Amino acid sequence: MKLQPLDFEKPIFELERKLEDLKRHSRAQDINLDPEVKRMQAKIEEMKRETYDKLTAWQRVQIARHPQRPYTLDYFSSAFTDFIELHGDRLFGDDKAMPAGLATIGDHRCVVVGHQKGRELKENLKRNFGSAHPEGYRKALRMMRLGEKFGLPVIALIDTPGAYPGVGAEERHISEAIAVNLREMMVLKTPIISVVIGEGGSGGALGIGVADRVLMLENAYYSVISPEGCAAILWKHRSHAPEAAEALKLTARDLEELKLIDEVIPEPLGGAHQDHEQTATILKKTIVKHLKKLTEMPIEKLLAQRYAKFRKMGEFAGDVSKNGT
Amino acid sequence: MPIFKKPDFRSESKKRDMPEGLFQKCPGCGEVIHHLALAENQRICPKCDFHFSQTARERLEHLLDPESFEEHDAQMVSVDTLKFKGMATYTDRLKTYQKKTGLKDAVITGTGKIEALPVAIAVMDFNFIAATMGSVVGEKLARIVETGTSERLPVIIISASGGARMYEGALSLMQMAKTCGALALHAQAKLPYISILTHPTTGGVSASFATVGDVILAEPKAMIGFAGPRVIRETTHQDLPPNFQTAEFLEEHGLIDMIVHRKKMRSTIADLLKYLAPKK
Repeated sequence: MKLQPLDFEKPIFELERKLEDLKRHSRAQDINLDPEVKRMQAKIEEMKRETYDKLTAWQRVQIARHPQRPYTLDYFSSAFTDFIELHGDRLFGDDKAMPAGLATIGDHRCVVVGHQKGRELKENLKRNFGSAHPEGYRKALRMMRLGEKFGLPVIALIDTPGAYPGVGAEERHISEAIAVNLREMMVLKTPIISVVIGEGGSGGALGIGVADRVLMLENAYYSVISPEGCAAILWKHRSHAPEAAEALKLTARDLEELKLIDEVIPEPLGGAHQDHEQTATILKKTIVKHLKKLTEMPIEKLLAQRYAKFRKMGEFAGDVSKNGT
Repeated sequence: MPIFKKPDFRSESKKRDMPEGLFQKCPGCGEVIHHLALAENQRICPKCDFHFSQTARERLEHLLDPESFEEHDAQMVSVDTLKFKGMATYTDRLKTYQKKTGLKDAVITGTGKIEALPVAIAVMDFNFIAATMGSVVGEKLARIVETGTSERLPVIIISASGGARMYEGALSLMQMAKTCGALALHAQAKLPYISILTHPTTGGVSASFATVGDVILAEPKAMIGFAGPRVIRETTHQDLPPNFQTAEFLEEHGLIDMIVHRKKMRSTIADLLKYLAPKK
């Protein structure tokens, strides 16, 4: 599939198109235009560096939502091997927005879960645009319990605009499904690694995000509310989403600085969608590095560290009595 | 020119009969109720039983044994870590609401007694930035739950909230994990947690500590849900069922244990604790 440029990438794509024209012209007319070609290539390189080195929060949100960005199932078959999909929450249905199962990464056999989006309309309808229902979160927890029982670590890939806001979701208690995951993941007796690979949309993201290591791809975002939603409330219009994105401090680097995530995973220049293979390789290397450490740790220590990590999150003042009265 | 000016009876009498703020119209039945009558009746409409919102202090006063409440972390205040720039700054919002409510933030926590049974209790106050959960709400809740665990006390949390507090970004989001984590340890110690949902309990609060109670009670007609009805309608283009996201709807669908009239709340909690509270 041909890559579609995002708005801020258009000048780069335009120059690349001109470069192709120039090369074609040079070949067709048999004229030596090498100096021009070289100059243009250098210019494109420089332009890319300039653009991608200082992306705004809103530009990163757009990259995180890029339809050609690698999705959960792409990683299950690139960074992982031998994926066996297991279906259903054993209660209501099988949520296609949250595939799960068993897979191997490096030498580690794991339980894997993640949000899955679709690339075109039909696939998106099947995957519900990556917005899971309660049965998705309950399936995820069922799989995590498998991991706990059989001594397999859990890898959760986060990529959702948010849990689904619908009548059925409310009737089957989406709030409870997420809340129970938060509580149970905190005490699950096996290592958990969560990676925000694209969109980290609020409670729907956190519902599989309570982990010993929370990692984030460089251009992913993780936020309490979508920039559009925040803009609609605090600026009275969705068109202020770029300002809201900036204010919410939702980029990987921001969250690392706030100590809400553990590590930022770099992406290829221009974003993960430019090079799926390289992204999968970096992701795999990072996950394996953390798995090695986590699987060697005694479980009691692991759980104490997991709790302490989340317990520390939050900024406040006026704390005169450190411990109650 | 007339010798006597025609007195303006209309505006005069209006002012005398309806001084601002003294009367409230009941959204349930339309009855106009004096604020003192309402306060005397635990802010329940004497005619149709509609439950008006209560402040956290009012709730504590009615639920706990007199003089039994000992407040924790009363001085804890929010800080503008993100330097949030919107139409109003977070610092300004905090100041406005602190002045308006006399509260430091959206939750009051502490220990107290209900019919002589000791409890760790937290009450959210919707008047403070819609009782949204930021770091202070999360931290105070986590601490009072931890107090419950270390002192072997049942935990009672009375929720009302618009969800997570946007001004604190992902810091707010993580309070969901933090509070549920504290409750996980409390549950492992085999101690009871009673969650009470009042109007409205939504968003990140409903999707965290509010829905993991051993027993979940709700006040009549309270609006309880994850997503707002407007968002659901816009996303799904679907008509919403009657009574959607009310306490009655949740009870009907098996999502909460029971609906309890405000005047019965104290005795209901006590009755439950007689079964669930740890033996001394």
